[in-house]
Amino acid sequence: MALDQSFVGRSYPPTPAYEVGREKIREFAEAIGDPNPAYTDPEAAKALGHPDVVAPPTFAFAITYKAAGLVIADPELGLDYSRVVHGDQKFSYTRPVRAGDRLTVTSTIESVKSLAGNDVLEVRGEVHDASGEHVVTAWTKLVARAADPEQDGDA
Amino acid sequence: MAATVAYDEVEVGTELPAQSFPVTRATLVQYAGASGDFNPIHWNEKFAREVGLPDVIAHGMFTMASAARVVTDWVGDPGAVVDYGVRFIKPVVVPNDDEGALIEVTAKVAVKMDDNQVRVDLVAMSAGQKVLGMSRAVVRLA
Repeated sequence: MALDQSFVGRSYPPTPAYEVGREKIREFAEAIGDPNPAYTDPEAAKALGHPDVVAPPTFAFAITYKAAGLVIADPELGLDYSRVVHGDQKFSYTRPVRAGDRLTVTSTIESVKSLAGNDVLEVRGEVHDASGEHVVTAWTKLVARAADPEQDGDA
Repeated sequence: MAATVAYDEVEVGTELPAQSFPVTRATLVQYAGASGDFNPIHWNEKFAREVGLPDVIAHGMFTMASAARVVTDWVGDPGAVVDYGVRFIKPVVVPNDDEGALIEVTAKVAVKMDDNQVRVDLVAMSAGQKVLGMSRAVVRLA
């Protein structure tokens, strides 16, 4: 089922603040196997000009994707989440996420398309810190694969 | 920001040191926990096959994080990354054995831009197939 074009441009309310902790950044850096000391050693981060340890560039996704969940689960939009795969991902940074940040995400539906029976949804998540300054914007393209006619009766 | 690579020392075509990243099922379980992405296609073989995948697959964001390392290790400061985007074109299939899969990443400088920035184009392969497309990072150099 094609998604409703009128959803393009719809914004969702900012999320409650996500507080970024040093140990969460360490846990994430270990999980991606990245030993860069800027992620775990405040002195190393300071030597690079950061006030505290910074998060790996893709860490922001953990926060923005949770926020995008509001969009994905919007019953009015009608996206079939069981068929969703991650198509594209892009980030644009004003500065790296760092320990001590209190981040809110505002999600906006950037585009809605139907390609070869697949629903393609692009969500923009704008991340701001507690002082309202921009930190990073994440664009996430989700593809809901066309329903299998043999299983679901219609394509 | 404190990039360790000088803009004046790189040219279009300059290759970044290539790296390979092993991925096992244990890697995916650890990444699921750290990222909060518990989609069963990343740890449950039965579920993955039921939704039409050949086996458990790596999180796309794990592959994206691995590819980013080639850039951040080169430049030193992860804060030097200005833009970073990828397209997920093939999954990284991770069999349940001791070896798992390997993500092989190469990168080179594609464009020298204003303001000491360069665009780096990345290629990520696994099992002989390109897994990331349109994979580009803009980095501010010293």
